[in-house]
Amino acid sequence: MHELSIAHNIVNIASAAAAEAGAEEISAVHLRIGALAGVVADALRFSFAIAAEGTPLANAELIIEEVPVTVFCSTCNTEVTLPNPRLFRCPQCGQPSGQLVHGRELELVALETP
Amino acid sequence: MSYEAKRLIEIRQGVLSKNDQLAAELRSRFHAAGVFVVNLLSSPGAGKTSLLEATMRALLAEYRVAALVGDLATDNDARRLARSGGLVRQIQTGDMCHLEADIVARHLEGWDLNELDLLFIENVGNLVCPSGYDLGEATRVVLLSTTEGEDKPLKYPSTFATADAVLLTKMDLAEPVGFDRAQAEANIRAVNPLAPIIATSARREGGLAEWLAWLRERITTQGEHRRTSG
Repeated sequence: MHELSIAHNIVNIASAAAAEAGAEEISAVHLRIGALAGVVADALRFSFAIAAEGTPLANAELIIEEVPVTVFCSTCNTEVTLPNPRLFRCPQCGQPSGQLVHGRELELVALETP
Repeated sequence: MSYEAKRLIEIRQGVLSKNDQLAAELRSRFHAAGVFVVNLLSSPGAGKTSLLEATMRALLAEYRVAALVGDLATDNDARRLARSGGLVRQIQTGDMCHLEADIVARHLEGWDLNELDLLFIENVGNLVCPSGYDLGEATRVVLLSTTEGEDKPLKYPSTFATADAVLLTKMDLAEPVGFDRAQAEANIRAVNPLAPIIATSARREGGLAEWLAWLRERITTQGEHRRTSG
């Protein structure tokens, strides 16, 4: 359950950004989370509610964009999205590929004010 | 309350960027001092400490070896590892389920990195949480024991997909527990087509030869790279 520590990081970064922008209240937090980031969205939402208590983020909603796993296929010489993050195989040519390009993201994209 | 139009405050920052930055600093320190650093990950009880004890014992004549050992509580692992003769320090994480770069940095205090060639960081036994935290290591090694089932790589792809090598441990128990090695290797390959898969047994004589050879090669490669890059 490292989601709580991740939630604390989100609250810290977001609080500093909100203060810098002069925003007293944040209504939404936009995140990008990779399919291989090892983060469970529900656990993160639960943890975030606890971590955000008493901060300008207390009523903020987490809006999570899931980033699929993409790998570089050296046979097709292009980046391809994996339909299944548990099978590192190019969906076009079927060759195994372990050159991970996207899917480990854990990014705080933006905040919204009410 | 004053009227304020709804607006967007752009951040675009990694949630773990602070850890990533500290890890990058650690990596520079390790590189400058010529220390090869291995981050060991597995589920609890997969045999990290046994593997490490046997590995340290085997390599002490060639390298100056140290280990940081992460656990929620107790210093049992550190005491076990100290028997190997290497430099060992326990990290007690309390309720933290993974190691972070700043914890590693704090526990290196007092050690002269220039006096080391090889540092093992035994992560907290957990196949989920440690995977997102860079510790400044040169290589990430994941263990899968014969006693825990062949489907672990499919259940925990985030850890297995980021491994530079996967070690099958407790191979001496493969037969009694009915371990299907081909299936386990196929599952590892499904999420990580590139990492070498090395079968080991910390208990059996010669059970570590291939792993030690892989490690020596990586250490030599980093050393050569360091010399040529000045």
